[in-house]
Amino acid sequence: MDAVQGYMYPNEVELQWSILIVLYPFITGLVAGAFILASLERVFNVHVVKPTYRLALLTALAFLIVAPLPLQLHLGHPERSLEMYFTPHTTSAMAMFGFVYLWYLMVVLVLEIWLDYRKDLVLAWRASRGVARWFYAVLCLGVDNISDEALRIDDKVGHTLTIIGIPSAFLLHGYVGFIFGSIKANPWWSTPLMPIVFLFSAMVSGIALVMLMYMAMSKLYRREIDVACVDKIAQYLFYAFIIDFTLEMIDLIHRVYESDESFRALDFMVHTRLFTSQIVLQIMVGTVVPLALLAVTQLFTIPSATRLRIYTVAGVLTLVGIFAMRWNVVIGGQLFSKSFLGYTTYKMQYVTREGLLPAIALLIAPFGILWLLVRLLPPWAPEPAAESGVVGKATV
Amino acid sequence: MDESRRKFLMGAGRLLVLTGAASVAWDAIVEGQPEQAPNYNTIDHWWGMVIDIEKCIGCGQCVRACKEENGVLLDDEHFRTWVERYVVDMDDPDHPLVDAPNGGYDGFPDLPGMPENIKTFFVPKLCNHCVDSPCVQVCPVGATFDSPDGVVLVDKDRCLGCRYCVQACPYGCRYIDPRTNTVDKCTLCYHRITKGLTTACCEVCPTGARMLGDLKNPKDPIHEFLRTHKVQVLKPQMATGSKTYYNGLDGSVR
Amino acid sequence: MGSRWHNYSHLIRMAALFVAGILIFLVGRSFFVPADFGVYWHYRAGALDDARARPIRFAGQAACVECHSDISDLRKTARHAKVSCESCHGALATHAAGDEPLKPTRPNGKALCVGCHTKSPSKPVAFPQIDVADHAGDNACIECHNPHAPKIS
Repeated sequence: MDAVQGYMYPNEVELQWSILIVLYPFITGLVAGAFILASLERVFNVHVVKPTYRLALLTALAFLIVAPLPLQLHLGHPERSLEMYFTPHTTSAMAMFGFVYLWYLMVVLVLEIWLDYRKDLVLAWRASRGVARWFYAVLCLGVDNISDEALRIDDKVGHTLTIIGIPSAFLLHGYVGFIFGSIKANPWWSTPLMPIVFLFSAMVSGIALVMLMYMAMSKLYRREIDVACVDKIAQYLFYAFIIDFTLEMIDLIHRVYESDESFRALDFMVHTRLFTSQIVLQIMVGTVVPLALLAVTQLFTIPSATRLRIYTVAGVLTLVGIFAMRWNVVIGGQLFSKSFLGYTTYKMQYVTREGLLPAIALLIAPFGILWLLVRLLPPWAPEPAAESGVVGKATV
Repeated sequence: MDESRRKFLMGAGRLLVLTGAASVAWDAIVEGQPEQAPNYNTIDHWWGMVIDIEKCIGCGQCVRACKEENGVLLDDEHFRTWVERYVVDMDDPDHPLVDAPNGGYDGFPDLPGMPENIKTFFVPKLCNHCVDSPCVQVCPVGATFDSPDGVVLVDKDRCLGCRYCVQACPYGCRYIDPRTNTVDKCTLCYHRITKGLTTACCEVCPTGARMLGDLKNPKDPIHEFLRTHKVQVLKPQMATGSKTYYNGLDGSVR
Repeated sequence: MGSRWHNYSHLIRMAALFVAGILIFLVGRSFFVPADFGVYWHYRAGALDDARARPIRFAGQAACVECHSDISDLRKTARHAKVSCESCHGALATHAAGDEPLKPTRPNGKALCVGCHTKSPSKPVAFPQIDVADHAGDNACIECHNPHAPKIS
């Protein structure tokens, strides 16, 4: 296949947004999805998913810390990125995203996790020596008050934060969709459905990730898997996935039926350059198969060990499918000419700043951060010695 | 030409050919300090351009002059202006064949074996200096902006190189300059038009297919042209408020 | 601090941290934003001067005519009257400013002529076009045509 087929405007031949920009909505989606799962327990009192509550929060934090890095690496002038905050252009979706991100990171996630873990941190402060003691003291802001009244206040504030957090998580990823969906020059992106599709695909990927992480962590730390919890999460995954898939199909049907000026070009692209990543990976392998697997677990009685295996396979395929979806949006949106007369090719680089290697590193990094977070702030019930510091949160 | 006559012309002749701002500007240019050319008030101008497709011969002078005047990269993927050749098969007029080898920089090679039933023409492209520019709208930091005289410019000292504006331009007029890692585009030769000169592309166009116009200057011939011709902008459905008006624009042009 | 507020002290400290963060941001902002940012609109006003500062390469027709009025007189009534000097002779701002090689290089005759006048179905019908091989063979264009007044009388 020629690099360029048909006619591209000359400045369009080289792609502007690389695999790093594929990672960005993917990672942000995992954050939003993980947080929404965590809020289920807290706001909607779905106690059965409680074992994943803290893990989901930590996962969200680990990925959110990494989320801006692909953008940062991609910039022509990373050293100027703070201009986004210093002189934000109010009509720019990207500039406003900086504030949505900061709000979400600091006000929602960090505060909520801090409040939730404060009792553990204070107990750790009291029990530790030397540098660790200082470290925990700083994390506690020098306050070791964990009286019942103080914890009751924490819980109340935390609850409020979660309620604020849900629309914030929706906003966060809906906004990522808006960054693409608001580009009227690009018919592949420009649809009001884009933020909604991004939101639901975010929930799907985040729920799948937390489900997999919970099972993996349980194996790793030799803890028993709470099957009822995983069942519930898988059920949520199934429902969210059905909505997501329906939305994407509505978008597709709408495009096919309207067949506007861009349709012929986009249709051709989906059947050629995007066939593998869109039809095969995103729709077949990444959506239809996991949906079918999850449907099987919902419809038939299957032994729990087998069920967990099915969940694992479905979860992994889901993540592959959502990643393919991000790829198809970001890369696919740049493969055709805005003249609708030609197509170009994405030449992925490997060990450059915007290449595959940093992309892989950025995908692994959140797991490293999560590993560290789990060591610092164990999401499981603490050792028997500190037993009193466990589940206090659930009792309002 | 002898030196004395040259001297004389520099004095007297100039008054005949150059008027007002252009004359003052020319002094500064001759002194090697064109940036100090005074007498230009941004709010008195509103720049736009007319492209007369019925005059374009696809010689590529504009493309070459633009690259030279503005130091644009000389490869085939970076253009502030370029020329496209359309070949419309009358049996399938919605799907024209288009080419722009090296952006038209080297002119156009012969059309090999074309069917009888075609129409074919050249379309020069450049930044449309839109009034409601999507690129300006999306720039997160105010590094690209509309000047008070209606030119879309880039502040290279502030551009992040995020490329959002490149995605937002419906006309493909922006690119990243790999030498600065910032975005680059047509400035409508801002360094020239603010000194009473025309753009490099208009200067060298041998057929007058490109005409710079000051839409705020009632004496500018652009008003007469726009009044007496049926003009159209590119992709009017994008509602960008383009100020590059095409005469004789075929419906097949994208 | 009263006992009632005692249980809020960690929250108050956290709030203080946030306020401190916002203050640091505001101070940083005042340092990093150029003074002329936002004078006209949401951009750095000095960027306009930057755009103007670029040196000129094409002197412009008026500058050429200033000295070379003999040629311009010759061209005045000819077919090439509206073709600017630098369209064929190239960018000559340094020549016009008088501080560079005063003699510009001669344009590459035939290639230059052919660049415009080769027959092409894409060109406007009214534009003079020739099949170069048929029209002139190996002869140079200027053997018959004066490029400043190309019509053979």
